[in-house]
Amino acid sequence: MAKVIVVTSGKGGVGKTTTSASFATGLAMKGNKTVVIDFDVGLRNLDLIMGCERRVVYDFVNVLNNESTLKQALIKDKHCDNLFVLPASQTRDKDALTEEGVERILNELKKDFDYIVCDSPAGIEKGALMALYFADEALIVTNPEVSSVRDSDRILGILAAKSKRALNGDEPIKEHLVITRYSPKRVELGEMLSIDDVKDLLGIPLIGVIPESESVLSASNSGVPVIHDIDSNSGQAYADVVDRFMGVNLPLRFLNVEKKGLLSRIFGN
Amino acid sequence: MQTEVDDSVKLEAAVDLKGSVFTLPVLQICSGSIDAIESELTERLSAALKFFKHAPVVIDLEKLSGQNLDFSALLKLLARQDLVSVGVRNGSAQQNALAVSAGLAVLKGGPLQNILVQESSESVEKPKAEHRTDKVVEEKKNNKGLSSATKIVTQPVRSGQQIYAKGGDLIVMAPVNPGAEIVADGNIHVYAPMKGRALAGVMGDTKARIFCQSMEAELIAVAGNFRVFEDQIPSDIRAKSVQAYLDGDHLVVAPL
Repeated sequence: MAKVIVVTSGKGGVGKTTTSASFATGLAMKGNKTVVIDFDVGLRNLDLIMGCERRVVYDFVNVLNNESTLKQALIKDKHCDNLFVLPASQTRDKDALTEEGVERILNELKKDFDYIVCDSPAGIEKGALMALYFADEALIVTNPEVSSVRDSDRILGILAAKSKRALNGDEPIKEHLVITRYSPKRVELGEMLSIDDVKDLLGIPLIGVIPESESVLSASNSGVPVIHDIDSNSGQAYADVVDRFMGVNLPLRFLNVEKKGLLSRIFGN
Repeated sequence: MQTEVDDSVKLEAAVDLKGSVFTLPVLQICSGSIDAIESELTERLSAALKFFKHAPVVIDLEKLSGQNLDFSALLKLLARQDLVSVGVRNGSAQQNALAVSAGLAVLKGGPLQNILVQESSESVEKPKAEHRTDKVVEEKKNNKGLSSATKIVTQPVRSGQQIYAKGGDLIVMAPVNPGAEIVADGNIHVYAPMKGRALAGVMGDTKARIFCQSMEAELIAVAGNFRVFEDQIPSDIRAKSVQAYLDGDHLVVAPL
């Protein structure tokens, strides 16, 4: 049975789309047929991060309104055969999302795909609610700073109260915490919340810590999800997240300040 | 720079007429006898005196079925009870005319919910934060005293959530996070870190208490007397097991 996974955070700019792109790519690289849906109608970004913006003809809202078929709107990823992108519409707004329409599309996708990753918009309004409503599992993306943690707490409350599973009294959505933009150095200096601080407050299992890295920005700008950059810490950290999601037990990495070796001290980075 | 002209006076209106919708308690009059009304009202309001202090009320005349009423006496009686009469409804044409001459408005009748006070735990108004969304726990239905009014919560109460234990105590066995609000007509117990807001005795029960296993709250209130912990919680109670109770009007938060 296909699984619907929402990537959400409450707060904007914490790395939801980056996480959605890399997580979906990682799932697909493991041989799972995966589709990633951009729920940020009106502010579509996922296609940029996935590098397929020039191939968007039909979008999520077109399919919702029966203006195109799902097949026409799905964009096959250029790196992975198993990965498809369902882009958001840039010219509509979130009101275009209806519960019935989203459910219809998800049910159709469930026939063909193993994983459906829903990239949620920021906020707690309609777009975010629609992205999480049908979820089976959730990746909660949080930066180690207080407002992001507070907003994630809020979204966890909404998952527990307003999702379909919650309203039907089914088994609750399985929640996973992804801490992004983590900088060990700044934690050491006391400028950033530690992993334990975040875990204590949110009280959900941690599935990965993505270190702050320049490679994320350059990956976004070049339209290649950072998980493809296997030399970068962030890319490897996302690969770990996917492995843990698939049930592999891996220790956390990149939590401590890297000690510079003699060579790198001499030659710089 | 523009020079000041007389026209500028007109730009700011002295009044602005706008519409809004209010939920008001309705006082249903079933007897024409002012004495009978007074004794009954005194008895009923005594259970929730604080709550109805200066409350606006609408006088419903439906049950009077045209019988005449001494409106000026009724207004005086309601004023003695600290109620503010705003108008009448469901009156006959004659009753309405009398009401208008007594200074009352005539309101259009709508569906009437049974909101008159039965006992102290029932009330016309909900606590003021009630309009917030995401209430995770629904109010319990009246199940004829088979279970107590105590509400037990085992899931974390997260930012933006509000839990209200109507007519009883609230026991929370999971963390209450910053930005969350737990409210009870009775006492509140939290057997986990308490980082949000706790309001006990919201219907005016001054004997209500709050017990926290680890006091890290943003706000603590008992029967409307509150204390905010804006900066640092004093070290003698921070992250300690504490109780909060009213000593007169003073809210005491002390280690257990």
